Amino acid sequence: MADPVLRLSGIRKSYQSGDSELEVLHGIDLTLQRGEFAALIGPSGSGKSTLLNLIGLLDRPSGGHLFIDGDETSTLPEGEITRLGGQRIGFVFQHHLLIPAFTALENVMMPLLVDRGRPDAAMRERAAALLAGVGLADRANHPASKLSGGQQQRVAIARALAMRPALVLADEPTGNLDTHTADDIFALLREVNQREGTSFLIVTHDPRLAARCDRIVELVDGSIVSDRPHAETPG
Amino acid sequence: MHPWLPFEWIAATRFLREGRTQSLLIIGGVGAGVAGIAFMSALLSGLQANLVKRTLSSQAHLVILPAEEVARPQRDPAQALVQIQAQRLRSIDQWQALRGRLEKLPEVAAVSPVASGPAFAVRGDANKSITLIGIEPEHYTRVIELDQKIVAGALRVRAGEAVIGTELARDLGATLGDKLRISTASGAGDTLTITGLFDLGNKTANGRNVYVGLRTAQSLLDLVGGVSSIDRAVHDMYGAEALAQRIAAETGLVADSWIKTNAQFFTALTSQRVSSNVIRFFVALSAAFGIASVLVVSVVQRAREIGILRAMGATRGQLLRTFLLQGGIVGLLGSLLGSLLASLFLALWRTLAVNADGTPMFMIEVPGSLVLIAAGGATLVGVLAALMPARRAAALDPVVAIRG
Ligand SMILES: Nc1ncnc2c1ncn2[C@@H]1O[C@H](COP(=O)(O)OP(=O)(O)OP(=O)(O)O)[C@@H](O)[C@H]1O
Ligand SMILES: [Mg+2]
Repeated sequence: MADPVLRLSGIRKSYQSGDSELEVLHGIDLTLQRGEFAALIGPSGSGKSTLLNLIGLLDRPSGGHLFIDGDETSTLPEGEITRLGGQRIGFVFQHHLLIPAFTALENVMMPLLVDRGRPDAAMRERAAALLAGVGLADRANHPASKLSGGQQQRVAIARALAMRPALVLADEPTGNLDTHTADDIFALLREVNQREGTSFLIVTHDPRLAARCDRIVELVDGSIVSDRPHAETPG
Repeated sequence: MHPWLPFEWIAATRFLREGRTQSLLIIGGVGAGVAGIAFMSALLSGLQANLVKRTLSSQAHLVILPAEEVARPQRDPAQALVQIQAQRLRSIDQWQALRGRLEKLPEVAAVSPVASGPAFAVRGDANKSITLIGIEPEHYTRVIELDQKIVAGALRVRAGEAVIGTELARDLGATLGDKLRISTASGAGDTLTITGLFDLGNKTANGRNVYVGLRTAQSLLDLVGGVSSIDRAVHDMYGAEALAQRIAAETGLVADSWIKTNAQFFTALTSQRVSSNVIRFFVALSAAFGIASVLVVSVVQRAREIGILRAMGATRGQLLRTFLLQGGIVGLLGSLLGSLLASLFLALWRTLAVNADGTPMFMIEVPGSLVLIAAGGATLVGVLAALMPARRAAALDPVVAIRG
């Protein structure tokens, strides 16, 4: 059997606050299989974003082991970590966070561009196809800053998929959107998951949306308190 | 997005274009600084070239004199004072051999033996003390462009012929074809025909110098077969003094460069150069601070974008280079703008600073090499100025940046 997309074992994270150390994640064990579509829920301040940043290799844990596709990451040097994160993991943030100086298409190309160093035609085609996939083919050459919130989040999703990552992390991807748009975005994530077999770990405060995932992981005060499959499995 | 440009270039140019107002302002600031430096440099070098040219119109770069001369004969006719030597003129020992050696030196452009000394010119009642200079015209003109300075007649100094300055001609009331009686302290004398008049652009030289053939001078000055000095032109006129010292050490003769002869003038030139370098340094420094401050602000403003790029897999190195490039581009564009401004200024200046007859006072322009140096220098200053902001950008923690 293939390695799981993600495996965490005993992951801890502490922050230094003044003289004292504040541990916000207390030994997290979590495994995510290929194609899983999981929600990460929990009260505010429970450590969801912290955990996502660790998994996304934007930050490093204070203890424990983190495997991406079976590769241990804690021993990798800084530059490798950045590359690995960029190549294997896609990110969707709450605040869309496109780069306003670039067009929608160029934003989608960005992970490919920083990885390969310079643009090429194949990159452009892939980005155009991804934009078409999120229904924004006609907005390709719009400056990112001129798009609506929902459109920006679609661009961000297309961008997260650019490198064909095995895992996409989404931190409240619908948090800034109205209910209707949020539903659309969520449906889009689900569609990608089913079409491409990409694994998703989605932080959400919306129980309605969490209920549409295969699995719900609940974090309280830096520990996983429940991890259950959900009835509504993909069919 | 041009296909051949690497990520760093694309991002750097996009960021500069997006922050258009800031970019234009700082490019304008750098441009103003470069324009100031270029204008000042062009003006100073024009002025300097003009002064040097005037000085060298009647002086050789380097003059070799006999050794052990206690009281040196005034070998600079332009500044010669009335100073008749009591003792006999001395010749340089074995000057022909020395001349051959000097001609082989790579630094030397031309060598010309000269027999010169004090004499009197008499015509009718008029009597003037002069400096008699015996030359071989074909060599001498390569040291001093006397042939270019002839205003009447020709530079012809065969036996019985002399070329004198316009000032002396006026003093003596003589003109082309007139006869002139030359006599020296040794009692020798000769009557010469004026074959040419020159204007060296220097009143003293025009009033004192009398050029005759080398042989004529040798016999008049009681220096038969000898020369009193060897005048030379060198390729690098600012290296003349170093060369002079070398030759003096090697030959035991006295070697004077125009730099030493015009020490005062040279001190002025040097201090002018030093002060313009100080100005350059401070202008470059203020441009650097300007670029740095704009980029520091840009890094703060773009913290989130930088964080996002890092989350997309951009390395610290890529971000470092992106911001260094922005500094370099600002410097380069600023220097091009500055060179353009300086050229416009100079064009304007040329139409304003003219002589009464409408000719420019002297030629100044922004030479291509200055534009290249300015461009290179400003780009380097830009990159150095960007070092601190670029390191900040590279060191940014993506987690903190994204959280905002
Ligand atoms: N850089 C930091 N330094 C100190 N403490 C931090 C830092 N980042 C996060 N924390 C703390 O860690 C805890 C978890 O924060 P985190 O942002 O992961 O919560 P969250 O579950 O994402 O909350 P929310 O639902 O509000 O987004 C909080 O108590 C927070 O104050
Ligand atoms: Mg959070």
